[in-house]
Amino acid sequence: MPVVTLFYYALVAFVSVILAVNLLKSRKWERDVLYVIVLLPFLLRLLRLK
Amino acid sequence: MTSRLLAQKIVIIGLGLVLLATSGASFYHSRRLKEPVVLGPGVTAVKQLADYFEPLRGTANNCNVYLLEGRERGATMLVLGGSHPEEPAGRLVAWILAENAVVQKGRLIVILSANRSASTVTRLGGAYPPDFSIVTRWGSQTFRMGDRWTNPLDQWPDPEVYFHYPSRQQLAFVDIRNVNRAWPGRPNGTLTEQTAYGFMELIKREQVDLVIDLHEAELQYPVISTIVTHQRGQDMATIVSMTLTDNEGFKIGTEFSPRTLHGLSHREIGDHSPALSLLFEAPEPFLDATRGITTREQLLTGKDEFVVKAGKHGLLFEKIDEKGWPIDVRVGRHASALLQVAETWGEDHPDKLLVITQVPRYKDVIEKGVGSYLRDPAKAAGRVIYE
Repeated sequence: MPVVTLFYYALVAFVSVILAVNLLKSRKWERDVLYVIVLLPFLLRLLRLK
Repeated sequence: MTSRLLAQKIVIIGLGLVLLATSGASFYHSRRLKEPVVLGPGVTAVKQLADYFEPLRGTANNCNVYLLEGRERGATMLVLGGSHPEEPAGRLVAWILAENAVVQKGRLIVILSANRSASTVTRLGGAYPPDFSIVTRWGSQTFRMGDRWTNPLDQWPDPEVYFHYPSRQQLAFVDIRNVNRAWPGRPNGTLTEQTAYGFMELIKREQVDLVIDLHEAELQYPVISTIVTHQRGQDMATIVSMTLTDNEGFKIGTEFSPRTLHGLSHREIGDHSPALSLLFEAPEPFLDATRGITTREQLLTGKDEFVVKAGKHGLLFEKIDEKGWPIDVRVGRHASALLQVAETWGEDHPDKLLVITQVPRYKDVIEKGVGSYLRDPAKAAGRVIYE
């Protein structure tokens, strides 16, 4: 796997962690739903499913 | 965190996990859908692209290479199906060749998944169906839908601008994953470039005389219903075009490959090898930007009221009516054009013939349907491999 691709996956993982932390911190259900929806494609890429 | 807030988060995260699991399972199975190929009576060997370029071994693009050796020596034709897997007529013609063709003189080399990685993904945001099925006499056979570009799971990220090698011509960034913008490829390049390089190695080592790259195009694209040819194939392509138009009941034109447009098979194969390179385009309304709902039925029937409406406004480069462009018509056009190229080549090279039999022509495919030429893998034990 090229180095640039490894950096890309590290970036995806970093953003995923930030989204997950924000999800846990949020106190409004609307924001929870938003964070989950935004997080999904990041997890699908991290898991190499899409 | 209050218990109410905790319960709220558990429910929402749980729903998210359900979505992740269901969509993930769908993507996983779509990427790994096995497409059976029944080796026809003419297949004499099956190799892999990595046999010609070792670094491709273990990658998604180590596709199968089907060799059909004739009883007598003659010309060698390479047929590329699946350069753009979302243009299924090309792959289906290659399937028909691998499962039916018998070569009397010369040699046929058939590729069903030229960019195999691209066949494992659909266009992001395109709402494509993940697969499609062709009805046969023994049931149906399902194929991966595929996309125009290498799967981002196999090659990512894309650059801001794609510099084609070796011309340094600037192309659209996304085309760095388009095998038909990567010719002639390079050995230390991206997966897509390595794939093109592998095919160039095959062309040189097998001393290929003719390369046919099978495609389909949207009706809003001016290069449609045509044979695109390298300048060394202009005479032959023109004769093929005229013969088909006169004898087979469908119109097909000829386009000459621009000398300064790089990366395409009809340009680079001809420039970097002794082979003549031709590219066929058939109409596929599924690809049109003005199409309606993108369904399996639309893909196979080629019917779309919105594309018809675009035609009434003069926005198309090919005719379309309520009958659409059925897959049988598109496959039949490619099959006849391919056979006609072999026949026309033979007229110019009587000492190096290419005689292919057991392959249906345009009228045969329309009359019997593509599915009639797909063999039942359940009744072909020991002669089935997978794409």
